[in-house]
Amino acid sequence: MESVQQAQPQNLRQWLEIPTIRTIVSIVGFALAVIAFIFAFNFLRSDEAPIVGVIVVGLVVGILGIWVLFLSLDALVDLLPPNAARAVRPFVYLAPGLAALGAFLVYPAFYTLFLSFFAGRPNFQEGTAEFIGLENYLFRRTAEAPIFSEEIIWIIVRNNLMWIVLVTFLSVALGLVIAVLVDRIKLESVAKSLIFMPMAISFVGASVIWRFIYYFQPLGREQIGLLNAIWVALGGEPQGWLTLSEVSIPLITNLTNGTLFVPLNSIFLIIIMVWLQTGFAMVIISAAVKGVPDALLEAARLDGANEVQIFFRIIIPYIRGTLLTVGTTILVLVLKVFDIVFVMTSGDFDTEVLANRMYIEMFTNRDYGQGSAYAVILMVAVIPIMIYNIREWQRERQER
Amino acid sequence: MSTTMETTAKQEQAAANERLARTSRIQRFFNQATVRIAVLVIAFLWTLPTAGLFISSFRTEDAISSSGWWTVFATPFDFTQWTIENYVDVITTDGMGAAFINSLLVTIPATVIPITIAAFAAYAFAWMKFPGRDLLFAIVVGLLVVPLHMALIPMLRVFTALELNGTLLGIWLAHTGFGLPLAIYLLHGYIAALPSEMMESAAIDGASPMRTFIQLVLPLSVPAVASFAIFQFLWVWNDLLVALVFFVRDPSTQVVTSRLSEIVGSRGQDWEVLTAGAFVTIILPLVVFFALQRYFVRGLMAGSVKG
Repeated sequence: MESVQQAQPQNLRQWLEIPTIRTIVSIVGFALAVIAFIFAFNFLRSDEAPIVGVIVVGLVVGILGIWVLFLSLDALVDLLPPNAARAVRPFVYLAPGLAALGAFLVYPAFYTLFLSFFAGRPNFQEGTAEFIGLENYLFRRTAEAPIFSEEIIWIIVRNNLMWIVLVTFLSVALGLVIAVLVDRIKLESVAKSLIFMPMAISFVGASVIWRFIYYFQPLGREQIGLLNAIWVALGGEPQGWLTLSEVSIPLITNLTNGTLFVPLNSIFLIIIMVWLQTGFAMVIISAAVKGVPDALLEAARLDGANEVQIFFRIIIPYIRGTLLTVGTTILVLVLKVFDIVFVMTSGDFDTEVLANRMYIEMFTNRDYGQGSAYAVILMVAVIPIMIYNIREWQRERQER
Repeated sequence: MSTTMETTAKQEQAAANERLARTSRIQRFFNQATVRIAVLVIAFLWTLPTAGLFISSFRTEDAISSSGWWTVFATPFDFTQWTIENYVDVITTDGMGAAFINSLLVTIPATVIPITIAAFAAYAFAWMKFPGRDLLFAIVVGLLVVPLHMALIPMLRVFTALELNGTLLGIWLAHTGFGLPLAIYLLHGYIAALPSEMMESAAIDGASPMRTFIQLVLPLSVPAVASFAIFQFLWVWNDLLVALVFFVRDPSTQVVTSRLSEIVGSRGQDWEVLTAGAFVTIILPLVVFFALQRYFVRGLMAGSVKG
């Protein structure tokens, strides 16, 4: 009989190959990670924690702690019989992600729905929760600074529809036209970068930029806002553009027997969003336009099609899928628009939108039930897009 | 007789061809020129608003309020109108400097923390078989468009109960949660596209799933991680709503966006403060954007639909 001499481990990795040591290390590691998370959770919440400590603890525990957690749990899974390990391991890898999604998105979504059936700020511990059924969904509140006393919900519905239609259509249309134009010239990357740049600017920053353009000085003073300067130079009177909630534009007003006025101020806010989103549309569409096969374009030209026909009959049908994706992405973004309205007008002068109203109900009026009802409306509005996205994903997966 | 006719016919044909070639050449030139001008005009219009802000931020208070920024092109070398005092004031007395630091403290961990969590989840979704995989991933896809507004009121209550309101930890956690669907989705798209032969041979060589992940999947996924990181960085830095709800316990915990929106409320006419303040908030995203545009675009392509 020959006894096999176990080779003395040379380095850390070889030590860790030994099952007992591996197990002990992983149990200790797991315990340490848990302790570190508890410690960090308490330390990071305390008011006395020095800022340097907060950032160091946050980054070390947030990165290293999570790695130790994954590595130690993975090693513990190895102890299971192979079949069991294969079944359990995916859930170990998924657990932190799924837990966060559940805690930060899924659970709150249902809780918001639940809250929307209660009045004011229900407190379930103290039993001061008044169930009012669907009353919050009647949206009875009227505008704080109304031009005409009207229920605010109708202003919101009108504005959100206007935002959705105009921003989505204008951004996609402009992005498409620019993408096709830019595709043909050499200066391409510079022009593209400049048009794309607003993508990096925050909605708050963009709002300040455009507030300056729309700025109003009374008649007789020098106009320092670009729009009023141009308007005055053309012979107009200086206007407070953001207060123009009902402008009678001759053609439209006459056609509708004086019943339809144009909320010009909302349109000025919408322009900001178009400025921000056109670059995004352009970049995505431009990639799709480059994917249209040259042979197809050449064949069309040989058949005598001009550039306009090629644009409408070949390029647009070919990239329809991309246009739809870009359109829905912008649509979802527009539905949630908050910052621009919050900074520019706070929703006054009939410029209110869903997300800003929700914020006002939540913080100014302290009416969580009503705020939740607005959030639910927002959620219901994105459900069709959600279903569409899931279907698209399933279709793609089956094609693979 | 017949030959002359033939020659004239040929000549006419040739002349017609020539004409056609010339008109199409002229047309092409004209197209090129108009296209060029159109693109230049659009690029100019798109840059103008930011340029106006930038120029104004260096003008004195008197100059800004008495004449439009475009008038500087008449007298660009009149140095009495130029100043950097606006920036000094806005960074010190208006608290934009502190807000800038706060923004960094919020943004960097909120960008880094989701990456590991999402990478593990994406790897499991892409290369492991388990019951309910498709359903769970369909939920992730659905969560991409869920408005985070849905989460604000419940989260605020939970955060208040846990004393997380106004703390850095609270806002890191919030942004981690809100950023995860996109992170998992982006990384999954990339990791699932890795060649299956490679993964199989790694398994045949006896590499454990963890080893495959660390030594093969992660290094190959760097571009996707970079795309997500840039995306999340810009998103968190530019966010106002989440910061307003979870991170304004007192003025010392304001980020650049919430600080700027407060300055708009309190000093909405003081353009020397507003222009400089706005530029402080947008400068870092602009630098990141121009330096890493390639990765950012790649991230966008992979399907950017964030809640």
